[in-house]
Amino acid sequence: MTWRPALPNSAVLRHDRVRGADLLLLPERVVVLRGSAGRVLRLCDGSRAVPEIVDALASSFPGAPVATQVPEFLKKLREGGWLR
Amino acid sequence: MTDLAPPWAMLAELTHACPLHCPYCSNPVELARTSRELTTDQWCDVLTQAAELGVVQTHLSGGEPLLRPDLAEITAAASAAGIYTQLVTSGTGLDRARLSALADAGLRSVQLSVQHAEAAASDRIAGRRSFADKERAAAVVREAGLPLGLNIVLHRANLDAVDALIDLGTAWGAERIELANTQYYGWGLLNRESLLPTPGQLARAAETVERRRSGPAGGPELVWVVPDHFDGTAKPCMGGWGAVSLTVTPDGTVLPCPAAATLPDLDPPNVRDHPLRWIWEQSSAFNRYRGTDWMGDPCRSCVRRDEDFGGCRCQAYALTGDAARTDPACRLSPDHGLVRELTAQAGMVDPAPFIPRRPGGET
Repeated sequence: MTWRPALPNSAVLRHDRVRGADLLLLPERVVVLRGSAGRVLRLCDGSRAVPEIVDALASSFPGAPVATQVPEFLKKLREGGWLR
Repeated sequence: MTDLAPPWAMLAELTHACPLHCPYCSNPVELARTSRELTTDQWCDVLTQAAELGVVQTHLSGGEPLLRPDLAEITAAASAAGIYTQLVTSGTGLDRARLSALADAGLRSVQLSVQHAEAAASDRIAGRRSFADKERAAAVVREAGLPLGLNIVLHRANLDAVDALIDLGTAWGAERIELANTQYYGWGLLNRESLLPTPGQLARAAETVERRRSGPAGGPELVWVVPDHFDGTAKPCMGGWGAVSLTVTPDGTVLPCPAAATLPDLDPPNVRDHPLRWIWEQSSAFNRYRGTDWMGDPCRSCVRRDEDFGGCRCQAYALTGDAARTDPACRLSPDHGLVRELTAQAGMVDPAPFIPRRPGGET
């Protein structure tokens, strides 16, 4: 089955105005998302497969190495239990 | 003060009332009376202020927070302010209807306490029949699709059951099991002699946790909160004084850590008198042990001073009578002998009966 990355039910992705950063909130844990990580995670809503997420980002960031970096990033988050 | 970082988390002790009588309870021996508790509006206002200050997570705790009939309203206020909410409960009173109302209000996760893997032993430690309630509460939480964590305070009477406790948490569907060695404050300090384990018990339990962590993947996350009395290192208490989180007690007193009410000259501020921002940034209580300037030797010149922050102020006070001394749990502390003496005696005699936590103090 094709993996369509989604945040677990326990996770909340939000922007923190006080710190000017995107945060991933989980039980007993806060992950500060650097750079474009928040933007990538907002596309992880269970409706898109990884290549579709890459395509969506490639059009926003022409010339950036999203095709190689984004799948690796998503895999790491899945291993950390932050994506399902 | 412009570079002062905002707090991440707030522990909201909504009430000190609790149906359980656990002898290690971290609540103060002088429990706040129900009549002194903040109102619904006051709690909602505190949570809104906390969010504006930078708090992104709150533990709705107690006592037993389910004894507050307005818990859903308070949860909704936190959630509306963007704060991630976790209920910290004994499980008593958590039925499907109550949880559903809380989930609708925005509750995100539940941490459930368990005292032992066997029902009779759990009930004995809790001082009340409660194990069946806990089992039901766990099922209700999982049924609602909320993440479940178990919190087990470990001591002499349950450290030998760690393996069975991990089995229990797995069977109940916990995603996380916090195995928290007792910290000796409040009722835990009062019952220290009966709670202190033997070094052998601790070593076996630590081995069990290591073995279970290396088992098949997919089981609950195991968190081992170190027994600082035994390993010679001070814990980085609260991530530093006034650095990461704050505690609001049932009557609105704001503390840098839940045990800090025991410090005699702290003069802790109250949300009834001051805005939360002033309390975090300006109050003398929150600045007293902030950073490293307050430190004396051996902390002042220690390479670990930015890692453990000198350990725990409340423990330094409890053991030496001076909250500004190095935490005696640290082997570098000139007072470390006090801790060595305690642990050397642990298990040498049969423990006295627990003094059960209840209103009215120790008598």
